[in-house]
Amino acid sequence: MRPSLRTSLFLAPATAWLLCMLVLPLVVVLVFSFGTRGAAGGYVPALSLENYANLGARWAAFQNTLVLAPLGTLTCLIIAWPLAYFLAIKADPRWRTLLLILVIVPFWTSILIRSYAWIQILGGNGLPSLIAELGMGKPRLINTPFAVMVGIVYGYLPLMVFPIYVALEKLDKKLLEASSDLGSPPFRTFLQVSLPLSLSGVATGSMLVFILLMGEFLIPQILGGGKVFFVGNALVDLFLQSRNWPFGAAVAATLVLVMLVTVTLYLRAMKRLSGGRDDVALM
Amino acid sequence: MTTDRVQPGSKTNIRETKMTKYRDHIPAKEFLTHLESLRKGSISRRHFLAVTGIGAATSLLAASLPGRAFAQAIGDRVGIATWPNYHDPANLDAFRDATGAAVDVNVFGSNEEMLAKLQAGATGWDVVVATNYTISTYVEEGIIQELDLTQIPNFDRAATDPRFADPGVIDGKTYAIPRNIGTTGYCVNSNDLEGAEAKSWKDFWDLARDKLSGRAMVHDYQLTAIGNALKYYGYSFNSVDSAELADAEKLLIEAKPHLFAINSDYQPSMRSGDASMSMCWTGDAVQLQRDMPEILYVLGTEGGELWSDFFTIPTSAPNKAAAYALINFLLEPQMAAKEALFHGYPTGDSRVDALLPEEMRNSEILYPAADLLNALEFGAAVTLTNPERAEIMARFKAA
Repeated sequence: MRPSLRTSLFLAPATAWLLCMLVLPLVVVLVFSFGTRGAAGGYVPALSLENYANLGARWAAFQNTLVLAPLGTLTCLIIAWPLAYFLAIKADPRWRTLLLILVIVPFWTSILIRSYAWIQILGGNGLPSLIAELGMGKPRLINTPFAVMVGIVYGYLPLMVFPIYVALEKLDKKLLEASSDLGSPPFRTFLQVSLPLSLSGVATGSMLVFILLMGEFLIPQILGGGKVFFVGNALVDLFLQSRNWPFGAAVAATLVLVMLVTVTLYLRAMKRLSGGRDDVALM
Repeated sequence: MTTDRVQPGSKTNIRETKMTKYRDHIPAKEFLTHLESLRKGSISRRHFLAVTGIGAATSLLAASLPGRAFAQAIGDRVGIATWPNYHDPANLDAFRDATGAAVDVNVFGSNEEMLAKLQAGATGWDVVVATNYTISTYVEEGIIQELDLTQIPNFDRAATDPRFADPGVIDGKTYAIPRNIGTTGYCVNSNDLEGAEAKSWKDFWDLARDKLSGRAMVHDYQLTAIGNALKYYGYSFNSVDSAELADAEKLLIEAKPHLFAINSDYQPSMRSGDASMSMCWTGDAVQLQRDMPEILYVLGTEGGELWSDFFTIPTSAPNKAAAYALINFLLEPQMAAKEALFHGYPTGDSRVDALLPEEMRNSEILYPAADLLNALEFGAAVTLTNPERAEIMARFKAA
């Protein structure tokens, strides 16, 4: 068997999968987005740009998503980096595996159930009561953008921790010693050694979290009390409530485009930041 | 309990057998005497069920019948698309035990969602529980079929208030038969009212923006969220007039920062005390008040929604025999009464009303005063497909 044929054979399942599960649905979405809504909802074939002209009607949802997704990614990063650093560099090797498992354990339970648990924690009888007991007033936590942010960080943190952990684990500790021996204060070592060497993990983790957040709808629905409206929520409503599939398809196609643009910009920025290193620059 | 009389193999036999059992247990005259006692409240429902044997009939029947024999006739599975907290699992188990067909329950958040999935070609449901305002659309779209009433002998049109049964009849053909009815009002925790008045939809929206700011909930549902905002101005609950809808939208967007949530799952928040007031359906009010008597149910004096849920059979139903069997099983007055005890909605069927305990029949939540009831409107089909309402809902939620 010729090597090229063998390669194609091995890649056939993946190719078939991508074709059926990604390319074809995307084509359907694109075709639908030029259609019009039937009288009772659904899709009527047409060739109209009306749905794209009407995108302004969901601008607020895009705006919310484009603020909360990068903010959520950044918050995840700020929390995940020190944790990954601790796990990779500082933690006792005997405990490391156990600690890593602890980071994954929440994934064993459905995000839906974990989000419901947060309703109890952030609801009036949870944390706010505790804060009131301490005499600091009773803040409203549940059904706020803050609650959505908590849910996002909680839900997506492991996706950020792992790539950074992998990057930092490969870091040669002698470099940290050398930096210190040469008189660099810890903060400068962080800026000039550990951070740049973890950038590949930061780039991967941020992309994973950001892309998933752009399509998020469950956490805003559950922890935002239906008051925080992401593009994902707009899509759910368009397909399941108003049954305006062509407009929903146009919003979905636009979301894909927006993601492509923001991810490209992000990767360009990372490339410049890392001085064009191969392991960081994914493009 | 003997099984020799039973001829397994058809659903007709199930029905006949069940009736036979009733007669076996107690003579008709004695049954009526007990029924009268139950009506007067001199015996409890439990006692009534015990002496008449009705409560035990189904389970005894089930225990005595070889379920598999029936499975050949109606299959081993029946799928139902319905609403949360709407069926007592024990009653569905009784159906399975009696017929061999396990009931696969799928619950939905709204009629719109149900319609969307059926339009998208979802199959596998034999029975769909749909609300009045969707029936005509389902028929136009060819999603549901005309019902063969001879297969549902437990449905008695004469016992049913025509107001609730009529939306199921289109061009003289019966496509849907009523299962139960209800209203959409609001529930409010009287402890948080501190003497403030809560009688109308005007009160609801004024309280939501002032005294109960941060503690009120609105359904995540175009029909009721927009409909009850329209009522603030005294417009029709079903209005699709642009100027009137614009007023409703203004009110919704003004109220939004004051709302605790836009969510149709309001029981948990009302129970935890996080929310003090919410748009509310009859059955939820009954369930809430059962545990928290301080929660009141208010039908706005301006009106609001009156609705009726129906059993329908989709044209795509894979197992129509089982669909008919399940509908007939659940409409049997004793069974319907058991279901009503569970979900807390009236059935609109006078035979079932007679079997309900005194406190349910006297409940103003279930059976509102005539003047309040007469002010209510059935949801109109036009709201289901009106694009403007959908856009208002999106702007309200995104604001």
